[in-house]
Amino acid sequence: MDNNIKSPAIQFADDDRVDGIAKVTGRAKYTADQRPENMVYGVFVTSTIAKGSIKNMVLHKAKDAPGVIEIIYYLNCPEVPGHNPYRKDPNKRGYEWRGFKVFQNNLVHHFGQPIALVIADTWERALHASSLVKAEYITEEFETDFDKLRKDEKKLKPMGTYKRGEEEAYKKADFYIEAEYDIPIETHNPIEMHASIAMWDGDNKLTVYDKSQGPKGTQSALAQNFGLEEKNVRVITEYVGGAFGSGLRSWPQLPAACIGAKMVKRPVKVVLNRRQMFSMVGYRPQSWQWIGIGANKDGKLLGITHHAISNSSRLEDFREGIVNASQYLYECPNVNTSYKILPLDINTPTWMRGPGEASGAFALECALDELAIKMNMDPVELRIRNYATLHPVRKLPWSSKYLKECYETGMEKVGWKNRPSVPGSLKENGMLVGYGMGGGVFGAGRGNAAVKAILSQDGMLVLQSAVSDMGPGTATTMTKIAAETMQMPQSKIRFMLGDTDFPPGPTQGGSTTTSTWGGGVSRVCEELKKQWKELAIAKADNFKNLKADDLDVKNEAVVSKTDGGVKISLAELLQKAGKQQVEIVKESGSPAEASKYAMNSFSVHFVKVLVNPTTGEIKFGKVVVTGDGGRIVSEKTARSQMLGGAVMGIGMALTEEALIDHKTGNYQNNNLGDYHVPLHTDVPEIESWFPNKPDFIINPMGSKGIGEISLIGFASAVANAVYNATGKRIRRLPIKPEMVV
Amino acid sequence: MNQNKDGSGRRDFIKKTTAFTALSIVPASLLKAGENNEAIATFIEKAPLKLEINGKPYNLTVDPRMSLLDMLREQVGLTGTKKGCDQGHCGSCIVHVDGKRVNSCLTLATENNGAKITTIEGLADGDNLHPMQEAFIKHDAFQCGYCTPGQIMSAVACVKEGKANNPEEIKEYMGGNICRCGAYPNIVEAILEVKKSGVKV
Repeated sequence: MDNNIKSPAIQFADDDRVDGIAKVTGRAKYTADQRPENMVYGVFVTSTIAKGSIKNMVLHKAKDAPGVIEIIYYLNCPEVPGHNPYRKDPNKRGYEWRGFKVFQNNLVHHFGQPIALVIADTWERALHASSLVKAEYITEEFETDFDKLRKDEKKLKPMGTYKRGEEEAYKKADFYIEAEYDIPIETHNPIEMHASIAMWDGDNKLTVYDKSQGPKGTQSALAQNFGLEEKNVRVITEYVGGAFGSGLRSWPQLPAACIGAKMVKRPVKVVLNRRQMFSMVGYRPQSWQWIGIGANKDGKLLGITHHAISNSSRLEDFREGIVNASQYLYECPNVNTSYKILPLDINTPTWMRGPGEASGAFALECALDELAIKMNMDPVELRIRNYATLHPVRKLPWSSKYLKECYETGMEKVGWKNRPSVPGSLKENGMLVGYGMGGGVFGAGRGNAAVKAILSQDGMLVLQSAVSDMGPGTATTMTKIAAETMQMPQSKIRFMLGDTDFPPGPTQGGSTTTSTWGGGVSRVCEELKKQWKELAIAKADNFKNLKADDLDVKNEAVVSKTDGGVKISLAELLQKAGKQQVEIVKESGSPAEASKYAMNSFSVHFVKVLVNPTTGEIKFGKVVVTGDGGRIVSEKTARSQMLGGAVMGIGMALTEEALIDHKTGNYQNNNLGDYHVPLHTDVPEIESWFPNKPDFIINPMGSKGIGEISLIGFASAVANAVYNATGKRIRRLPIKPEMVV
Repeated sequence: MNQNKDGSGRRDFIKKTTAFTALSIVPASLLKAGENNEAIATFIEKAPLKLEINGKPYNLTVDPRMSLLDMLREQVGLTGTKKGCDQGHCGSCIVHVDGKRVNSCLTLATENNGAKITTIEGLADGDNLHPMQEAFIKHDAFQCGYCTPGQIMSAVACVKEGKANNPEEIKEYMGGNICRCGAYPNIVEAILEVKKSGVKV
């Protein structure tokens, strides 16, 4: 679990990732890289219908295939305690799946659902045998066509409304527009496919390697489902190969591996294939949004009405905050929103980077652009005229908000002054040039996390917590925070993560990790300093008459503030105290005064697009992503995260769309050759910029999260720039060349 | 797309060819045993394979259906090479075969008899990182690190091939490597720096 491998051969700059060497040498162990002794392989057989039930399964050929150890399906799957409240009534369709329950009955809920797991001694043998399993079905009518079904009010489930002032107010403004916006299903598609390896020690002790953003959450879910005590479940998530939200909950390979390992009494590894990454893992739901927005001549918004529908599955009411930002991103007296979901016979969606807000911002920020153009006003100016200084819903001041700085700097960096006032009027080398902007907001929350600090006589400070890191560089950031708090070199600090044997904390997600664990690291380090000062006063003669307030901890020593000569090294102090090491655990969370404030991160993205007038191909001339993420702890990794958000935004804007064949209910483009995530050639020069102003109300580092805001609003910036370049207003993502010419 | 016109993919091809090969090479004594799948399988699933990986000779017996990628990861235990799609789309599994970059998921292990394979584990010289590895760290050319072994192996080949002279060329010749974290600009910077330094890769 060494996330701080240092090579003696080279010296790194302070901002380099502490796990960089592990990642560039192939030493970093991701879930499927683990190779416990005696391990066998599980391969899923999946449903080839979208809805119905299994009449019969033909297994004999597969059973006879070489190397097959077990085939698990609904008739031989052992009871999983806490798994199925409807077991006695197998025909009842209820909330029995939750992405976590496999082989409990013969019902088929969507195409590509796991219906059997073939376990064999090698992967090749398991794969071959899985192709020999045949299922006979009783099929039922199914519904997968969102565009058609969302128009049928009877099929929708209301998920709440918000009312401030009058719903029709926007129509009374000097200028108003009404428009609808469509976003398709988008998939996270991390390059590491979801995987689990399960191992049982007797009947009551379970260890799993699992791709997860929250080892603690996975541990609790496993304990609950398999009827185990939490302390007897260990979840290890040493490295996560990207997730973007897909690791916020568990997918079928985890329970299947656990059930399989129990049945065959050997470790079982189940890795999803790329096709299964579409049909078994959640996704950003398809959405339809309607916005009516109006402002008076002075540029003041009078009303925003925002309705949204997004899809869920038949089994779960998945909802997200799609209309929330419309309620509070701008000052506006009349705001009305509604949100409904449409259950479909497909797998359940889940949170994907900037969940809800990224979809909502596309509609809101495009609508504002349309309104600004109708008013003949600069779109940035329209936003500044409606800049909120008090949170309009909660009526609280923000703990910090440096959004104006983002507008100003973004405009300057992208060259906003060159934006043509008449769409389609600017050309560069035969390409139509357009500028666009769009922004967003996300919560800047902080959860409770516990961190253990261990200082040994060799001067190494080891910090441990059960957080996992899907890529932003958590161990790097935490090492920097500890080094700063302890005033000691980063090379003497090691942050260990990804193991439920370490002290608990929440799931990595919602842009809270730096705030939550940084706060935890800072807290435990402060406590360590306090204890050392006390130890020095108690154990070192020349400190006897000093008080803790007179002392500093720095450069691995306790020093008198007034007389630099009075000092004792931490190693010496440990020796005097007769201890090999000092070990403490501290938990920390959001301070009480935080409830007096609204806490958010903000972003604005600016893009310059170049549109080929003949082919409609859209390229980027320049991309500037700005974000108010409080104080930036690690500029290097923060910049990378902003770049990553922009790249995902390019995909969202121009290429990403998971398509369902409504004749079968199957995903049509369920591979990386047909579902187009951005490639090297799609990505231009990207500049990122932060106001970098601390927000000490949230945490001692003054940091807010940036993972979500890096994406939120990006697609709207592109759509608005495409309008500026071509005069074509595209309200349906992704924006394809044929829509533009 | 790694699919044939009739929709059958590589795995189907492997299945068919394996069955065919089995019939043609299995000794008559075994065939007489009739339905003895295990015995036949035991015979045909053991293809001899001699190759060099990261400078070390290997004498292996492999399942003829096994890809070079699965052989490296599951049989030899070199898990630095990653499986990101198993379909030749993502480039995470790129290794060097006789100095050329190859998607190891798209080549059967047995096709590589006598070959010299270099994986990410064989790139550094002991504790001294390869210049491309150093440049990737310096330019933060990754976040999660999962596509990184493939990106680095591809990048080294890209420079060797003389296709890293400017950002546009690098992007084109790195087109087979997907990074979902979006580290692309940093990857291009890292490759460009190695190329410009003139250091031997």
